[in-house]
Amino acid sequence: MNFAFDQDQLMMRDAARKLLDDLSPMSAVHKIMDSEESYDAKLWQAMAENGWLGTAIPESYGGSDLGYLELAVLAEEIGRHCASVPFSSSIYLAAELIKAAGTEEQKHKYLPKLAAGEQIATVALAEQGRTDLDGVTAKVEDGRLHGEKSPVVDGLCADLLILPAREHGELSLYLVDLGQGVERSALHSMDRTRKQARLRFDGAAAERLGGSGEAGRHLDAAYDRGAALLAFEQVGLAQAALDMGVAYAKERYAFGRPIGSFQAIKHRLADMFVKLESARSNAYYAAWALAKSPDELPAAAAYARLAANEAAAFATEENVQIHGGIGFTWEADPHMLVKRAKHLESWLGGGLVWGERLLGNAA
Amino acid sequence: MDFNDTPQEAEFRAEAQRWLSDNAKPRTESGGMMAMFAEAEGEGGNRGEAEWEMVRQAQAWQKRKYDAGWAGITWPKRYGGRGASIMQQVIWGQEEAKYETPPNIFMIGIGMAGPTIQVHGSNEQKDRYLKPMLSGEEIWCQLFSEPGAGSDLAGLRTRAVKEGDEWVVNGQKVWTSGAHYSKWGILVTRSDPSAPKHKGLTYFIVDMESPGVEIRPIRQMTGGANFNEVFFKDVRIPDSNRLGAVGQGWSVAITTLMNERMSIGGGGGMLGGDSGLSDVIKGLGKVYVNGRPAIENAAVRHQLARFMTRFKGLELTGYRTLSALSMGGMPGAESSIMKLEMGLLAQQMAAFVMELQGPNGVLMDSDVALMEAMWQQVYLGVPAIRIAGGTDEVQRNIIGERVLGLPADVRLDKGVPFNEVPTGPRTATV
Ligand SMILES: Cc1cc2nc3c(=O)[nH]c(=O)nc-3n(C[C@H](O)[C@H](O)[C@H](O)COP(=O)(O)OP(=O)(O)OC[C@H]3O[C@@H](n4cnc5c(N)ncnc54)[C@H](O)[C@@H]3O)c2cc1C
Repeated sequence: MNFAFDQDQLMMRDAARKLLDDLSPMSAVHKIMDSEESYDAKLWQAMAENGWLGTAIPESYGGSDLGYLELAVLAEEIGRHCASVPFSSSIYLAAELIKAAGTEEQKHKYLPKLAAGEQIATVALAEQGRTDLDGVTAKVEDGRLHGEKSPVVDGLCADLLILPAREHGELSLYLVDLGQGVERSALHSMDRTRKQARLRFDGAAAERLGGSGEAGRHLDAAYDRGAALLAFEQVGLAQAALDMGVAYAKERYAFGRPIGSFQAIKHRLADMFVKLESARSNAYYAAWALAKSPDELPAAAAYARLAANEAAAFATEENVQIHGGIGFTWEADPHMLVKRAKHLESWLGGGLVWGERLLGNAA
Repeated sequence: MDFNDTPQEAEFRAEAQRWLSDNAKPRTESGGMMAMFAEAEGEGGNRGEAEWEMVRQAQAWQKRKYDAGWAGITWPKRYGGRGASIMQQVIWGQEEAKYETPPNIFMIGIGMAGPTIQVHGSNEQKDRYLKPMLSGEEIWCQLFSEPGAGSDLAGLRTRAVKEGDEWVVNGQKVWTSGAHYSKWGILVTRSDPSAPKHKGLTYFIVDMESPGVEIRPIRQMTGGANFNEVFFKDVRIPDSNRLGAVGQGWSVAITTLMNERMSIGGGGGMLGGDSGLSDVIKGLGKVYVNGRPAIENAAVRHQLARFMTRFKGLELTGYRTLSALSMGGMPGAESSIMKLEMGLLAQQMAAFVMELQGPNGVLMDSDVALMEAMWQQVYLGVPAIRIAGGTDEVQRNIIGERVLGLPADVRLDKGVPFNEVPTGPRTATV
């Protein structure tokens, strides 16, 4: 057993951290937050040039095929920097779905573009906020899509969408080019650095992805893979909150001493660390299951998700508290981590959803 | 013990109801008292026409109440009050909460500055300030916190130097709520830096329109900018605006802080409100969790019941505190329980109601999220409750030391001249 990343993976982490330190310091994330930009295009470009997007895409489809552990390493750094890019939508969710469900032709057609960052893809998981498949009303008739999906993460900037829809009573996945036949409207996410949209379709061309009636099976697996990888973003985010809190607790004085010398603060930071490390261990297990032991993935992903949701919420909320008044301001960084944590949690669901998935899989 | 109104209380309640129904519109939808913590993103403090209109409306409503004798239920008649009991104040608060009313921007004045002036002010000061405060004509702000002094308020460094019968003030205050629409501020300064920290403070009433006062907005994580930083450059304050003796500012400030905790944590206005969960429950038939209406989910029901119970406990504890007060007690450490539990509970409830909404949980769109995104707004606003007016940690220290009698924390700054107390590299500036 070796429950650690290897030397190459650690080198990759350092390089990723350096690139994000340079291109995506919190000041850059603030800029996106205060702008109408739907993502940081310059950073996205750099990620593409450095081969990040194709990390888990096979070479025959334009990727580097390094693997899921390497993708997890990148995910943690993205979370830690609160980076504003559609990486998770396009790579963990959409590219993975195309890999799992696409025909050879579809893989050749789409994956190289996603790996090169020439196209951004996303997955529409909800209609009016409802994510269970009984709630799907979108319809495909004669290859044309009608209906509405909301909210769609990265729905403003995506070129390509994967979504479940009904055709002849069967619930299947479809690929839709968002170039035409779609009306996009911006939704107002709490996390302005990860924008969301409502998409309305009136006759957009749709091609089926995977077999007829297979939406449920494919999406179920997509949730597990997505949860495993997003857990690393959440771990990175919780780490950023902890680091910020520790640094502030050492520097800020009250009553003639650093606030970190008060046990109320010291113990809070210690609690953050305990939850974080538990989430990290669960995330490692999920990444390994994803890479090497798919049968264990459903339970491992649920553990990772539940632990990561909790660690990220606690660390980000309490980091605000440790900062006092300054923590409540727009100009300071702590609130951005809180909002990102809520974005990541709401996207694939919270404890009520993953608790059921865990009990359904681990018992 | 009796949870029902006495005949006199019932009579007072009926009178309040009559006046309210003649003068205001009943609330149509209710977020319960949680709505108090919610603010549409970017709405508050934007200093646009809408905000000034809000201020005018709030003043008009306050004036109307004042003229009819409802503004200061417990205040002496001499200062425009009704001279009635705290219980009547609570009853009024419960009834007023059922009506659409403008935001209460008078809390710092009426809830904090007013009681402080009543205790420590001269007769001239009481006659000058209290009536226009109660009638809403003059709005007040609190100039206590500084970049280097929040929880440790006595660590403040805004300097006051006496020149003839004036004081010259230099320094900076921060997080000053409502400074931009306030006429007066209550200000604590350091008048003697060589005295131990609690000894060298002096408390003033400052005219916010004085030359040398500069107010700059600070944006909050909600997107609004209800608070400010306030700079003092050679601001002259007449000695007649001093509240309490020179060097006695700390004990005056304590009066203000006790009343602050009371008005945030246990004030009459917050009682008798609904937790907002009854409206959540009504909406949960249409919110799906794992493919079923959320209201059918046993885990959801269990969690809601726990929240409702905690909220009820808070509400009833508030009444107990008020009963004690009505028998002549002082607002004490009990209000720390209220403030601490209220902030934590509101944060946890908001996070849970967001979770129930799945991917809509993070959306602020009023036409998408449950209850017009009120809980999302509460979630973003609630860290303020855990910080402002004494943080959670400070409340726990108060409960531990003053209620439970635990030994006090070891103090490195006691008895040391203020200018020798260690300070760190970081002051909280934006
Ligand atoms: C929305 C809002 C409105 C406000 N309005 C006003 C206003 O109108 N007027 C005004 O004067 N002020 C106002 N404040 C300021 C508020 O009172 C201070 O923010 C608060 O007292 C905390 O001080 P601080 O921000 O300096 O944090 P710090 O005191 O620096 O606290 C940082 C952290 O250290 C912890 N800490 C400090 N001391 C101890 C200790 N002894 N033991 C354990 N932990 C400790 C704190 O709990 C906190 O977690 C407002 C604040 C907010 C958020």
